[in-house]
Amino acid sequence: MPTIDLAKTSLRDLNATLHQLKPDTNETLWTITNPAGEHSIAVGVDAPITINIDGNVGYYCGGMNSQASIIIEGSAGQGVGENMMSGLIHVKGDASQSAGATGRGGRLIIEGNASARCGISMKGIDIVVKGDIGHLSAFMGQNGRLVVFGEAGEALGDSLYEAHIYVRGPVASLGADCIEKEMRDEHRVELIELLKLAGEANKVDVSEFRRYGSARQLYNFNIDNADAY
Amino acid sequence: MTYHNPPTTPRTSYTFDEYTLSEIRRAASTGIYDIRGGGTKRRVPNFDDLVMLGASMSRYPLEGYREKCGTNVVLGTRFAKKPLKLSIPITIAGMSFGSLSANAKEALGRGASLAGTSTTTGDGGMTPEERGQSKYLVYQYLPSRYGMNPVDLRKADAIEIVIGQGAKPGGGGMLLGQKISDRVAQMRQLPKGIDQRSACRHPDWTGADDLEIKINELRELTDWEKPIYLKVGASRPYYDTMLAVKAGADVIVLDGMQGGTAATQEVFIEHVGIPLLSAIRPAVQALQDLGMHRKVQLIVSGGIRNGADVAKALAMGADAVAIGTAALVALGDNDPKWEKEYAALGTTPGAYDDWHEGKDPAGITTQTPALMQRLDPVTAGRRLANYLKVMTLEAQTLARACGKNHLHNLEPEDLVALTLEAAAMARVPLAGTNWIPGAGG
Ligand SMILES: Cc1cc2nc3c(=O)[nH]c(=O)nc-3n(C[C@H](O)[C@H](O)[C@H](O)COP(=O)(O)O)c2cc1C
Repeated sequence: MPTIDLAKTSLRDLNATLHQLKPDTNETLWTITNPAGEHSIAVGVDAPITINIDGNVGYYCGGMNSQASIIIEGSAGQGVGENMMSGLIHVKGDASQSAGATGRGGRLIIEGNASARCGISMKGIDIVVKGDIGHLSAFMGQNGRLVVFGEAGEALGDSLYEAHIYVRGPVASLGADCIEKEMRDEHRVELIELLKLAGEANKVDVSEFRRYGSARQLYNFNIDNADAY
Repeated sequence: MTYHNPPTTPRTSYTFDEYTLSEIRRAASTGIYDIRGGGTKRRVPNFDDLVMLGASMSRYPLEGYREKCGTNVVLGTRFAKKPLKLSIPITIAGMSFGSLSANAKEALGRGASLAGTSTTTGDGGMTPEERGQSKYLVYQYLPSRYGMNPVDLRKADAIEIVIGQGAKPGGGGMLLGQKISDRVAQMRQLPKGIDQRSACRHPDWTGADDLEIKINELRELTDWEKPIYLKVGASRPYYDTMLAVKAGADVIVLDGMQGGTAATQEVFIEHVGIPLLSAIRPAVQALQDLGMHRKVQLIVSGGIRNGADVAKALAMGADAVAIGTAALVALGDNDPKWEKEYAALGTTPGAYDDWHEGKDPAGITTQTPALMQRLDPVTAGRRLANYLKVMTLEAQTLARACGKNHLHNLEPEDLVALTLEAAAMARVPLAGTNWIPGAGG
């Protein structure tokens, strides 16, 4: 079980080591100590390993992650899990802006709050935030699912495409072309599955959530909708 | 006796010219702004307003066919482990798969590879055809991040972070529903047939301090191998260059207002940004002020057409140029041989710019299979390679005349301007004088 101490090892050496791992590596459990808010920790990993990070991380932790499970025992800076492809990133604290931005797959779980632009341009990732999220979250969200236990800031789902949004608390306002939608059985099933993946099965009542999605009114330009932009 | 005024010739307005009148009528009947492809169509000061001085009593020329005049360029020498080593300083600009057909992208790759230069992806990701046929492929990193993934990122030879384009500094992308075919929709992960507007701001960073961290992330992702370019539309070139260097760019791509686009509002294309001629010297000045000229390479684009443009851009301090529109014309865009079909679309060869509609008779700016098949990527690639060769020979001819044994030895002192505007913008004297308007103040 390798441990890398970022007080002694450079970020470059850490990432280079992780990039060299083969998919069938036996070294499947890694610990990173003293992250001290450093940026770009464990970006671009492509191996089925688990990485425990023992503290707070800076920007872009786990960026473009494939396959790996990255557990952050602290808070994460901007763009945690940006453009991730698969795998898991689990933030035990809070996350800053643009968490899971453009993510294409995998799961991002945030125990605390996420700031503005959570899930911006999401393209297939599943994001579960157990606290609140900031403004402009899921802006231009194309695919994937965003679940929020707490409140959502202004302009939720602005210019939304096909991403699904579930929020339990109040939503400050909806962005252009984002509307509340009926919660049907298939959505309850979807939500239960997501809650299970986030370790909250049976702990949270799905009927407390509301569903938001695209009204699809801005999909093709129509001059009479110009005020919506 | 009554006096009759002789009738005057019917007089149309200079202000309300025919095009303007037609545009007012078009707006009144459709209720939507005009969207088109291509670049600025009105005249703005350009390289034709400069001439090269050539050798004379005080300068020694080189022999045209015997003495060497180097054309190679190395891009990305600042931080990248694997800089791009190109044979000619003319690269192919980023044009998206989606705006262009897969055959057109392949042809660009083939032509560039034959000529020993690079081509560039665009908004919409990397296609296997393009990667396969491009010896050197620059992968664009755009706000939309369509198709972005670490595998393609690592397959690229360089990464170009797009902050802006000369045709529309401050604008995002747009690809109208007609061109969102199954394949394009799948690559962009969007529903088929919708109008797709790419964001104008990056989703996960704001400002130059964040950008520095973003660049480091991309370097870490790719193990510091690949040159990282930053592309900006020309508007505040001095400060943008300063900030780009500070953020850690290896290469700066500066795109002037004449630069082409696949689809943008006409008002944006014609009224935002500054001509390339006026943007190069401030950018070079910024590099010189930072001691980074030739260490961070500068690629310029926007209306480059021939070897004279290349030589003049290089003389002003650029390391290389990029071409978009001209490359498409070399492939066969706007070719008079499709005259009848252009007429059916209400236009004429040379003026066709409704690239967003996807009906291109030449099979280049379309996703319609029957049209796409008209472009044979091998022949079209060959044409592009020929054109690149001619441009290079032309630039060499001018450089030799100025006594230079490498295109990079051209210098501002080899240039004079024919107009006051060009003299002020290019910071070279008005021909026959020592006068550089605006110099020193
Ligand atoms: C059809 C077409 C598509 C383009 N797509 C992109 C793009 O996806 N990303 C980008 O940065 N620039 C794009 N551009 C701009 C070019 O990269 C380049 O800046 C411009 O074409 C240079 O000017 P020129 O056309 O006068 O040579 C596009 C241009 C054209 C003509």
